[in-house]
Amino acid sequence: MAKATKARAGQGSWWAGAPGLIYLVALVLAPLIIILIYSFLSRAKFGVGVRWEFTAQPYIELFYSESLSGERSFDPTYLQIFFNSVLYSLATAIICLVLSIPIALWIATRPQKWRTLLVFLVTIPFWTSLLIRTYAFVIILNDNGPINGTLTGLGILSEPISMLYTPFATVVGLVYSFLPFMILPIYASAERFDFRLAEAAYDLGATKGRVLRRIVLPAVRPGVIAGLILVFIPALGSFLAPELLGGGKTLMIANVIAAQFGASRNWPFGAALSVMVLVLVMLALVIFAVVARRSSRRGGQQSLESLL
Amino acid sequence: MKTPRGTGTSLKNFPLFGTMAVAVFSFLYVPLLFVVGYSFNSNRVVTVWKGFSLEWYADVLGNDDIQRAVINSLRIASISTVLSVIFATGLAIGLLRMARAGSTIAWSLIMAPLVIPEIVFAIGTLALFVQIQFPLGVDAITLAHTAFCIPFALLPIRARLRSVDLSVYEAAADLGANEWVIFRRITLPLLAPGIVAGALLAFIISLDDFIVSYFLTGAGGTTLPVYIFGMIRNAITPGVNALSTLLLVVSVIIVSISYIIARRKR
Amino acid sequence: MSAETVPALQVRGVSKTFPTPEGGEVKALDDVSLDVADGSFMVLLGPSGCGKTTLLRCIAGLESPDAGEIDLRGERIDTVPVWKRRVNTVFQSYALFPHMTVAQNIAFGLQMDHLPKDEISRKVERSLELVRLTGLGGRRPQQLSGGQQQRVALARALAKEPEVLLLDEPLSALDLKLRRGMQLELKRLQQETHITFILVTHDQDEAMSMGDQVAVFNEGRIAQVGPPRDVYLRPQTRFVADFIGEANLLELDVDGAQAAVIGWGTIPGDAWAPDSPAATAAARTAAVRPEDVILTSGDGGRFPIIDATFIGGDLHAVVDVGGTTLSARQPAAHSAGLSTGGRCEVTFRPGSLRIVAD
Repeated sequence: MAKATKARAGQGSWWAGAPGLIYLVALVLAPLIIILIYSFLSRAKFGVGVRWEFTAQPYIELFYSESLSGERSFDPTYLQIFFNSVLYSLATAIICLVLSIPIALWIATRPQKWRTLLVFLVTIPFWTSLLIRTYAFVIILNDNGPINGTLTGLGILSEPISMLYTPFATVVGLVYSFLPFMILPIYASAERFDFRLAEAAYDLGATKGRVLRRIVLPAVRPGVIAGLILVFIPALGSFLAPELLGGGKTLMIANVIAAQFGASRNWPFGAALSVMVLVLVMLALVIFAVVARRSSRRGGQQSLESLL
Repeated sequence: MKTPRGTGTSLKNFPLFGTMAVAVFSFLYVPLLFVVGYSFNSNRVVTVWKGFSLEWYADVLGNDDIQRAVINSLRIASISTVLSVIFATGLAIGLLRMARAGSTIAWSLIMAPLVIPEIVFAIGTLALFVQIQFPLGVDAITLAHTAFCIPFALLPIRARLRSVDLSVYEAAADLGANEWVIFRRITLPLLAPGIVAGALLAFIISLDDFIVSYFLTGAGGTTLPVYIFGMIRNAITPGVNALSTLLLVVSVIIVSISYIIARRKR
Repeated sequence: MSAETVPALQVRGVSKTFPTPEGGEVKALDDVSLDVADGSFMVLLGPSGCGKTTLLRCIAGLESPDAGEIDLRGERIDTVPVWKRRVNTVFQSYALFPHMTVAQNIAFGLQMDHLPKDEISRKVERSLELVRLTGLGGRRPQQLSGGQQQRVALARALAKEPEVLLLDEPLSALDLKLRRGMQLELKRLQQETHITFILVTHDQDEAMSMGDQVAVFNEGRIAQVGPPRDVYLRPQTRFVADFIGEANLLELDVDGAQAAVIGWGTIPGDAWAPDSPAATAAARTAAVRPEDVILTSGDGGRFPIIDATFIGGDLHAVVDVGGTTLSARQPAAHSAGLSTGGRCEVTFRPGSLRIVAD
């Protein structure tokens, strides 16, 4: 397995990592394997757990539903949910991108001593509970909430508009949850940018718009790519935003999976859904790797590492 | 020397970016401020302001179930922090000594909880514990959180480890120290700031976690975030705001301490 | 050196190979043998990548030789782990412990020997005095200048009174003036403590001024060992002649007992150094220092002067002798009539030519 690099005194051996690796195998790898196996098992009698009979039924259920008479027909419900999830996640990523570029570039062009503090201020929300951040919008978008309250109070609206429990609310919640994940990588790329390149462009007569479009934005491409991935993937698997803000009308994959392990009591099906999510995530990562390789390879890696 | 066309006196200021930055900062913080603000609302109807009151804090802090949830959360967070920091320290040292192939595998394993959607990780650990018939509850949550916290603890520790001049270990060995003495008197003290930063991060991550705790909750009572979720789902009472505010404040304090420590040691 | 004295250190047939990132290997040390006399100052000299640092690290125990043996006072140490050897190192980057004070740094090695506390304090004080850093014991390494940090590294290594002190390019990070001062300091320290010093450097001036003995390394092998004067005046190989000081290398035309410089003529007998090996068809490279190449102007000069520059009180000239360029250096006072583009005659100072091996 791991061959030690040139042995140097006092630096410890790779054995130091063994306990951690064993623990991770037990608590990260093993659950994934179990999920994979479960996705090929049968639903348990009373819902909790599985029956050890191998079948492809869970995967069939993704595409087909059985009527009471046993007839099987194509059912696009779950495919629709997958599609919606991808759609919402993409929308989230793009909105985050538009919001993040100005602020990331702005912070990167501030004097050095302010930058660490500003970045820290961007990060703080990330360290608070996702639950609370999502709940905040339950209050804000409420029919009786501050937005509706102000708008009706000012006479702009005659009655409150229903913002909560809509796809709109879900996406707002998703954007809010993951915005720092987009700001930080773009900032990291921007910080590395040598501003003298832009100065040279100005000297040659370029307008600010041109400099932005042709010099600065291409330079932060690695950060943009990293940010897109860092937002898209967690958004795809998001549970809280659709649950609290979407109501029953905006179901994303995570909600359906959660239901299988809760009320619907169909663990193998939940496992199959999870496997499909993982496949989607792998796909997204592969696309990321391909795109990142075409731009600066180092930039992409550093953006990821710099997030934490 | 041509002057640039466009607004803004400095070359570094793009038009409207400053305004947008302020807007985004507001967007990041205002929702949280609403939660905090409404926690002082004396009105039972959460979103209509009636007057200033601390009654919800009294309500919440006196509640037995809530107290138990808080204790559970603190207990889980503390143990997860200690365990994940120990594992992370070992991993940081081990990673430095691993060859390409080994370290890629190790990194994938370490980063997996961050890349995999949390829901999958949550139900996966649920399935694991059910399969090996390990009882759900505080202990199960602790074990799951530890795995999840390892990457967060690892990154500051590893950053610190890499900033140390490698010759320092050789010098210690040259002066008569064997591997264990070097670890105790050189490696650990030098890693200390990174370990503290990692511990603080792991603590918050565990404290704030919802989805994993939600699925692994057992008979012994829940954690604070799961309790809050229940409050939101069932009926929005203003107590939710008070509880959320408390959790918010704790998180922000811990992160700020971590930030100050990081700045001091520089 | 009497036959009874055991050399402090003996290296016998040491070889070491390293894998390269591309997948090949490089032989850093190739069957190297060396004796270091007790209480002497040995300098390992050579260009970068020649193996001198690798040998130092093998002696310290930070690398393991693939073959060969290293003995300290007659006892084998290459099988002894690094922390047990009575050999200490001053590292190029100083490697001071940043989380400890100067005094704690110096005390560290003594604590490893489990000495009583008061004895440690005494020794730390003495070490500080030795390197003239008294009073700075409470400072942190980050608060000291480069020169001071280097002296702490020295004090730390000397505190344990090792059998041999190893120094890995200790002066390379210092500026010129400081370096000169430290060269004298190191020499003084070595003479005061009577500890055997082995110092690695790529700077030949350093080697010449500090060492009792100089070992010149090239590509994993020792090209020559000897006192600095010897190595300078009597280089044995082409590499040594070229690396130490400046040397002109002449490919001779050897016919029986006669050797000639192409384009110049047969070499007179007295031009040869008395201890130079004989010129043969197989050994026909001769080395001569620029200060031993004498140029004279006047009619009938056969050789074009490519460049003639006056620097300080000397003429530095480059002359084309039968296709080979020779460097010459001589006092300006004796160089009337010599200028760029002119012509001159070349003679060699008696006893200045020597045959060098390849």
